[in-house]
Amino acid sequence: MAVVKTKVIRKPKRTIAEQAFIPEIAKGLGLTMNRFFKNTFSRPENTEIATVRYPEEQREYPERFRGIHRLTHRTDGSPRCVACLCCSTACPAQCIHIEPAEYQPDDPRYGYERYPEVFVIDELRCIFCGYCVEACPCDAIRMDTGMHMPPSTKRAHFIYDKETLMSIPGHDGTYVTGNLRHEPGDPSHPGIDREQGH
Amino acid sequence: MDTATLLISTAAKIGFVLVIIFTFAPVLVWAERRQSAMIQDRVGPHRAGFRLFGRKIELAGLLHPLADALKMIWKEDFVPAKADRLLHSLAPVITLVTAIGTFAVIPFADTLYLEYLWNALPVHGSVTGVAIPMQVAKLNVGILFVFALAGTGVVGAAIAGYASDNKYSLLGGLRAAGQMVSYEVALGLTLVGCFMIYDTLRLEDMVLWQHRHVWGIFIQPVAFLLYFTAAIAETKRIPFDVPEGESELVGGYFTEYSGMKFGMFFMGEFIEVVVLSALATTIFFGGWDLPLLDRSGLEFFGYALDFSVGGYAVYWDGSLPHIVVIALQTLTFIVKVSLLIWFQLMIRWSLPRFRYDQIMALCWKYILPLALLNVVATGVVLLLIER
Repeated sequence: MAVVKTKVIRKPKRTIAEQAFIPEIAKGLGLTMNRFFKNTFSRPENTEIATVRYPEEQREYPERFRGIHRLTHRTDGSPRCVACLCCSTACPAQCIHIEPAEYQPDDPRYGYERYPEVFVIDELRCIFCGYCVEACPCDAIRMDTGMHMPPSTKRAHFIYDKETLMSIPGHDGTYVTGNLRHEPGDPSHPGIDREQGH
Repeated sequence: MDTATLLISTAAKIGFVLVIIFTFAPVLVWAERRQSAMIQDRVGPHRAGFRLFGRKIELAGLLHPLADALKMIWKEDFVPAKADRLLHSLAPVITLVTAIGTFAVIPFADTLYLEYLWNALPVHGSVTGVAIPMQVAKLNVGILFVFALAGTGVVGAAIAGYASDNKYSLLGGLRAAGQMVSYEVALGLTLVGCFMIYDTLRLEDMVLWQHRHVWGIFIQPVAFLLYFTAAIAETKRIPFDVPEGESELVGGYFTEYSGMKFGMFFMGEFIEVVVLSALATTIFFGGWDLPLLDRSGLEFFGYALDFSVGGYAVYWDGSLPHIVVIALQTLTFIVKVSLLIWFQLMIRWSLPRFRYDQIMALCWKYILPLALLNVVATGVVLLLIER
């Protein structure tokens, strides 16, 4: 028979005070009483209460919290979006639906950009990963609203169309972002100009 | 005392005791939740409330027990198909009634003398006239009545487990019966030392003895410790709550109870907590005795307030109208009971549950021998003093 090497593990020794139980109970009671008195009788700012009375009291979200989407505006109030479909391509949940459209020929943007005729996000499908924001080359879609979705009992209420998305301001209350937008025809416009020819 | 006075006073006392109990029970539910919340760094329940003139009234969650009661009354009263319908319904009644009945012998104030209601009682000498003891029943068996009722409480738990036709209930009932019967023995023995010193079984006389001499806790501290442990075990609450250990027995003997029947078990448990504290107050903390408060009023070791303010001489020897004294004593009793309840809740939220064999070992191997030792030691000391 093979000799099995065994390692004897002894129970940790307990002191007499631990065995007597009463000092240990007193210790435990001391801890709970300490918490009780601290949380009950000290001023609200001195308590260690970790929970809040949600919805009356809400925690501040971190600055980079990804809330519901919004479409940013240009200075003239039209969407910054150029309907390049980067966001809907990047979207892993495939919740963004864009129908691009051409500007009218007399529009200075005609031939340079398109605009979204339809821009719909299914917020129930969205997984709030933020890839659309990352993918956007125009800073047109953002998740910096600091809001989560208002609850509703109707599915239709969660299909956000272009007007809805454009009506939501960022958490600083603005619709136009700080990033400069270079319109076609501006001297600062980095793209190839119509006058320069292709 | 004529019959009419007897009947009216007894009815009034029963009413008073019932009001106290049925106020304590819901407040205790609230206290337990809020206190545990404070211990565990939470806000706790605070939301139940109603709207009055456009303002939401929440009372820090005090209305939650009310909402609970409403919910329990409207819930379906479910009885399992093969359960014994009679016993199933009888069990919660037994539990609740025995818990409430215990209050009959607990005195909450000194004897009330109707003739002296608005005057101070004389400091010395005997008082004659219509005397109303401030307890529902003056029994000469006193504390034994309490033990008898507590013993009957076991029946409620056991029947509940037996009649439910559920193996978990049965196991829970068995555990409850085993635990309560064991601790019954210990509970009685822990108090024998006190009986020897007080030389009586009447609770009102025990309080009087403590009023004249010293509170029981100072002469029988070991007995208090043992009694408190045994009594918590008797109420089947944490750390002795194995009869309803939800991890292994679902809900123990009241698994199959719903609606107000469950509510009765629930309330019975809380009333038992009040009973335990009231008994501990009566036997160890001087009952209604407030230091410096004598039957004639406040007692400043023979001194009196005697000075003059702006030409007005103020003299007050501390005497109070009899009714004020009685009210103060009742208030003292209630405050003492509340403090002990608070302490019990503290224990309940501090300690983890014992294993079943540990509970039994604690009872038979530690509390019982220690209680016997306490009896012997008390006897020896009493003999030496008499010599």
